Parts: sequence; structure tokens; C-alpha cells
Amino acid sequence: MNSQLRRAVSAALLGSVALGALVGCGGDSKGGADSKTVTLVTHDSFAASKAVLKEFTKETGYKVRVQAGGDAGAAVNQAILSKGHPQGDVFFGVDNTLLSRALDNDLFTPYTAKGLDKVPAALQLDRAEHRVTPVDFGDICVNYDRKYFADKKLAPPRTLEDLTEPAYKNLLVTENAATSSPGLGFLLATAARYGDDGWKGYWKKLRANGVEVVDGWEQAYYDRFSGSTGGGKGDRPLVVSYASSPPAEVADAKTKPAKAPTGVATGTCFRQVEFAGLLNGAGNTKGGKALLDFLLSKRFQEDVPLNMYVNPAREDAELPELFTRYGTRIADSATLAPQKIAKNREPWVKTWSSLVL
Amino acid sequence: MAVPLAFFAVFFAYPVAAIVTQGLRVGGQWRFGRIAEVVTDPATLDVLWFTCWQAVASTALTLAVALPGAYVFARFDFPGKGLLRAVVTVPFVLPTVVAGSAFLALLGRGGLLDELWGVRLDTSVWAILLAHVFFNYAVVVRTVGGLWAQLDPRQEEAARVLGASRLSAWRRVTLPALAPAVAAAALMVFLFTFTSFGVIQILGGPRYATLEVAIYRETAQLLDLPTAAVLTLVQFAAVAAVLALHAWTVRRRESALRLVDPGRTARRPNGPAQWALLWGVLAVVALLIVTPLAVLVERSLSGPDGYGFTYYEALESAADSGGTFFVAPMEAIGNSLRYAAVATVFALAVGGLAAAALTRKAGRLVQGFDALLMLPLGTSAVTVGFGFLIALDEPPLDLRASWVLVPLAQALVGVPFVVRTMLPVLRAVDHRLREAAAVLGASPWRVWREVDLPLVGRAVAVAAGFAFAVSLGEFGATVFIARPDQPTLPVAIARFLGRAGQLSYGQAMALSTILMLVCAGSLLALERIRTDRSGEF
Repeated sequence: MNSQLRRAVSAALLGSVALGALVGCGGDSKGGADSKTVTLVTHDSFAASKAVLKEFTKETGYKVRVQAGGDAGAAVNQAILSKGHPQGDVFFGVDNTLLSRALDNDLFTPYTAKGLDKVPAALQLDRAEHRVTPVDFGDICVNYDRKYFADKKLAPPRTLEDLTEPAYKNLLVTENAATSSPGLGFLLATAARYGDDGWKGYWKKLRANGVEVVDGWEQAYYDRFSGSTGGGKGDRPLVVSYASSPPAEVADAKTKPAKAPTGVATGTCFRQVEFAGLLNGAGNTKGGKALLDFLLSKRFQEDVPLNMYVNPAREDAELPELFTRYGTRIADSATLAPQKIAKNREPWVKTWSSLVL
Repeated sequence: MAVPLAFFAVFFAYPVAAIVTQGLRVGGQWRFGRIAEVVTDPATLDVLWFTCWQAVASTALTLAVALPGAYVFARFDFPGKGLLRAVVTVPFVLPTVVAGSAFLALLGRGGLLDELWGVRLDTSVWAILLAHVFFNYAVVVRTVGGLWAQLDPRQEEAARVLGASRLSAWRRVTLPALAPAVAAAALMVFLFTFTSFGVIQILGGPRYATLEVAIYRETAQLLDLPTAAVLTLVQFAAVAAVLALHAWTVRRRESALRLVDPGRTARRPNGPAQWALLWGVLAVVALLIVTPLAVLVERSLSGPDGYGFTYYEALESAADSGGTFFVAPMEAIGNSLRYAAVATVFALAVGGLAAAALTRKAGRLVQGFDALLMLPLGTSAVTVGFGFLIALDEPPLDLRASWVLVPLAQALVGVPFVVRTMLPVLRAVDHRLREAAAVLGASPWRVWREVDLPLVGRAVAVAAGFAFAVSLGEFGATVFIARPDQPTLPVAIARFLGRAGQLSYGQAMALSTILMLVCAGSLLALERIRTDRSGEF
């Protein structure tokens, strides 16, 4: 290629890149400044019915634009990195394991959303300041393969203690607490139950009882667990998953079975609460507040279970039949204060890795 | 050279520097002490050691397995060759979670080999190495095979006529000609395996970690940016060392070659030895690449009531009734193809200009530039993704919410492939051809069109194929910047895989199969275009 030609091509290319950038600037990114659009920053598992989002637009005149980035942890960290100059107006998806990190970084502007009085106090972890609003909650629990335990005529485990019994040797698969949120949740469940030091002894016993650790939920649930109807045929009948996994297993079955193929060990659960908040420096504060009100509205709350497989935060939101029929209400989930999680998360995960891996 | 340089400065160097600086500068103060701390941490050294040796072993194994394949694809003519060449590239675009789980179904506990011979490779290093061969086979076949097919076999024949044995003729004539392409392929496989992420996570279990995995954990999970920044620098240093080594060994070997139309060099296998080689290569491809892919297709078709298209139908109906989570498969295919096409154009323009500049010029500066172009392969997707976020968020470059970010990030990974496939071929073009044309009165444009373009046409097609495949399959950076209402196929697959239930899993498998078909179809179409054009000369 001669130099003249190269120059011509260069000029054309630079022009096109610049044009692309201009189009990008002029078109989409104006969204934040446009008072008719409100931008929801969230993680990539956020989901809502299109019809419900349309209703919001009809009621308030605001169009919702969803901006997602990676899994829950990555999304929170992105929001922290871009604080003061946020990607949108409202952030949804910070849970109690990450809440302190978000609050310490001053991510949110206080706002008391309408309908908060219908949310149980136990979920309102920022009750004093209302920087974040609880939107949904779910439980991380050990799930079991009903068929396996029926065939073996063995009662499925119910509590954390049961898991260390010889009867359940080599049956459990869990996720890496360093890389997976159910993995971390299960570690926190044991820390809540056995205390700051006691959990280490528990994991030593669990390890002696043949717990297997894989990196992510997908492998644990689809490749190693024997009870999932999708995936390969794993040989471990116990897996760390969610209390909503059994309903999800039957959600799409054409003929509904009497029971889900999997059950939940109710004494092994850790409660995850997800929050939303108005981002500091939001371009559209008014729209953001309207969106927060909407996230707590009955209409949205009742839309939550079948879209994200978690429970609505509002007590008066009605659960779909799938959840009431196949789901398990967990009465005594373990919890830990967000500050305590923030303080111990890293050392605990390090200790856990050295003990278990 | 100005365009590629500007492109890299703005879309690579600046964002990465921004995120690294953020990690190392706390409250306006540089914290270089952190570097020493992290570097001397035994945990870091362990990770670095594992990263290095598994990459070396993976590269050696991939070359050993795939070089015979490159020969067979370049020199033999057999029915279905084009299709098979497209198929071996498919692993490249599949999300590692999907491909890894198919691979486990074959080699893991309760897998096919386990049932037949009791061979289990899950959680062993062998699984990682073989998976790397599975993913990178195409790199060697396409890069080396691309040049091999254009080498004039008569040169080797001439050597044999002059009395050289088959082996020594090959060693003295063909091998030196191929060396740059082999080195380029080895370099790319090395960089890929050095920065391996998904494969290590799935097949290695939580015990093994590469630097890439460590960077991801520190950045995305722990938000320990200082440590992540240091690890990023360590990875850079290692990659730079490898690139320097590569430049040093390859530099002097590239020479002008006689390139011919690949259509004329391939012939039907002749004699039992060649047939055995062909069948051997086909067997390896069948076992290592086609079987895991077939497992995926099988899973996508085995619905609750026996084989059928249940999951494919469910994809359509879910998109009609469902919420923002669901996206119609046609829409996801459209998004993927659109992004990948734009990314390929970016990558070809930037990579092509860079390769042209690198062919003409020499010197240290140019070598440094060559290395710079390869660095994105050695940089973790999360670093690039976060870097984009904090660097490109202010005017004049406020691209935070622009669709253009996705193809830009994808092109970053595509450019190295374009450069590495085009460079050996461009350098092999004999100067005298150009000079002769010029002497005969051809304008420079015409020289380029009539001399260079036909000779490098194939390399351009191979490069475009790579850039396209890489862009189709890119997940790490895309997931950070793609808008959720416009997911690409890999992003949509990850969403389905993230929830329980038979249907979700089946839908993920169905979408993966669609991704496979889209990839193979696009590559076949690209080859078709190339064949049409090469008919001209």
C-alpha cells in the first residue's frame, strides 16, 4: 500500500471512528440528561416484565433504560468506580453481603420510598438513613435430590449439623466462596451459626465428610448435582443453591408434578436481601425517586418472583402459585450484619480457602 | 501506522492505564510499595508459576496435535474440508462454561471415556491441557495452514530431485518457510492459554488459578484495585517478555517466498502413508472437537419427552410472553452478527494498516509497536471492561452508554489475530513483483490491487474469519458493556445458564447450538467469498 493511499484510508477510518463516537454521544448517552428517561443501573440477572415497565411509563411518563454490568459483585464495584459520575439514576442489586462497601463509598442519596411501611423491619438494614430500599430477598440453602433419598430410604438432611453426619458422607457439593455468591452465602451461614471462630471447626468436619467444592453455581448445579433436571447427570444428591430452585425446576413443566424433584434443607439457609438506591450525582433525581417508588409498588413486587426467582420485600405482595405450591418458606434463615460481613469477608474467605481447598 | 497507534492509545492504553493508576494511586500518592508486597507474596509466585508452565505445556501440546492437522487441511483435498475447517473454529466462539461442560461430559466423571475405560480427567491438569487444545486447534490450523496452502510444493519437489531425502527436503525448504507462521500460531496459543480464565475455573476446580483468574477475583469480587493493578503489571511484564522472545527468534527468518493459489497445492491423498495421516487427523478432530460439540447438540435436542425441538420452540415463546430477561433468538443472533461485523471491520482496518506498516518498516520502534498490538490478548477482560468504564466516561469521549463500545472492545481482541495472520504472508510477498509492476507503469494503487491483494486475499479472509469468530464469542468484556436489552448470544446463554430448571438449561444448550451454527455458517460464507475472488488470478 503506498503512502498516499494509506493516508486516504487513515483519514477515512479516523473519520468513521470519530463519527461513531459522535453518534454514540449524540444518541444514547444523552439518556441521563433527558428528563423523560430514567436509567436503572443493575447486574445482568435483572429481569422484569415488559408490560410492567410499560405501565410505569404510562403512569409517570418516564421511560426506563436498563444498564447492566456483569454479576452482582462486579456491578456494585463498577458503580463504586464511577461514583459521583454515575452511569444512571438508580442502582438495583446491591445485597447485604456488599451493602457496607456501597454505603461506605457514599454511593447513594437518602430517599424514603413509598410503600416502605409494608416491608418487614428485618429487611430494612439501613433503617436509620434510608439510603437504600429493600426490594427483594432470597435464601441460599442446601437443596436435595428427592429421588436419591427416597431410593436409599434415607431422610434428607435438615440442618448444618446433619451435613457432617456419616450418613451424608461424600454427598454435598458447594461453590467456591471466593468466586461465587451462593458459595459465600453458605460460608456466611456457617459463620452465623457457629460464630467467628467456630465455623472453622465446622468446615474441617465438613471437609472430613467429603464436601466437594467447584468454582461456580452452574457447575455445581448442572454438572455435579444429581437432582437437576437439566444438565448432565451428576452423582452428588446435595448442592448449595437457592430456596427458589425447586419451584424453578417445575416452572416450565407441561404437567405439574405433585412435588418438585428437589427439596430444601431448611436449617441450612442464609438470607440475601437485595436493595436499590438513588445514585449520588444522578442526572434525573425526580425520575429516580419515581422509579424507586415503583420498585416497591405492589405491581412490580408481584412481578418479581417469576422474573428473578426471589421473594418480594413487601409483605402484602401476593406470591404466585408456583412459589406457594413448590416453594419453601424459610422461617429461621441465618443473617449477619452488613458491617460484620464487610469487615470479615476477605479474611474469612482466605481462611476458608486454606481450610477447604 | 498512525491509525492503529491512535486506536490503541485511545481504546486500550488509556483505559488500562487509567484503571492501573486508580489502583496504584491512593489519595494523590503513588503506592509503589504495594508492588513489592504483592510480587513477593508466595501466593502470587505460585499463581505465576502455574500460569507459566500450564501455558507452555498447553502450547506444546496444541502444536503437536494441530500441526499435522494444518498440513492435512493445507495440502489434501477431501470432501467436506471447508465445513470441517469451519467446525474446528467453533470452540473458539462457545462460552467456556458451555464448552467446558460438554468437555466434562466426555472426559469427566461418568463421561464417555469413564464409562468405556474408566478414564477420568476432571480436576486434573490433563483436562485443562486438552481443553486448551480443543479451544486453540483452529489457531494453528488456520494460521499455519493459511500459509502452508500457498507454499509452492514444487520447491520441495525440486530439492528432492536434487537428491534430498523427503525429511531433509522438508526440513530445509518447507520448515524455514513455515517457521514465522508456526511461531505466530505458537505465540497466540501461548497468550491465550497464559490468560486462560473459563477453562481453568471449570476444569481446574478452585485449586488452580492463573493470573487472569486472580485479577478477576481481586477486581470484580474483592475490589482490591491495588492488588489487581500489580497483578495486571506482572501479567504485562510476562507477556512483554514472551513477545520480546518471539520478536528476537522470528525476526530474521521471514523471507520472500513464492506464493501460489491454494487451490493448486491441495490434492487427493496419495499412498497409504498420506491416507493414514488424513484418517489420523480426522480421528483426532472427531474425538477432541466434534464429539464435545455433538454432546451439546444432543443435549439441546433431548427434551423432557424424548428428542425434539422443544427447547428451540421455548426460546421463541418465552421471548413473546416474558420480560426483559428473555430475548428472541433471532434478535440475539442479529445483535451478535451486527456487533461482530462492525468489530471485524474495525479489526481488519486497524490490523491491516498495522500489518502493512510493519511489513515496510523495520527498527526497534516498529518492533515495539508490533508488541503493543499483541498486548490486548495478554490483558484481562475485566481490566479492559473496568478501564473503559472509568476512562471513556467524559466528553469528548463519553461512550458510557454507546453501542460502539462493544465492537470496539471486541476489535481489540481481533486485531492481534489480523496482524499475526497477515504479517507472515505480507512479508512473504516478493518485493520484486511490486517493483516489476511499477517499472511496467502500474500506479501504486494498481500494484497493490494486482500484486498484494490477490496474494494476501486468503490471509485477509482467514484474518477476517478469526476477528469475526473472536467477536462472536467474546463474553468477558461484552457482558460489562452490552446493554441488557441488546444481549449477544453468549450473554443470553449465560443468562439462561444462571437459573435452575430443565427448560432454562435446555434453552442455553439450544442457543449454544445456534451460536455454533451461526459461527460455522459465517465462516463458510467467508471462505466462499474468498474462493470467488481468488478465481481471478
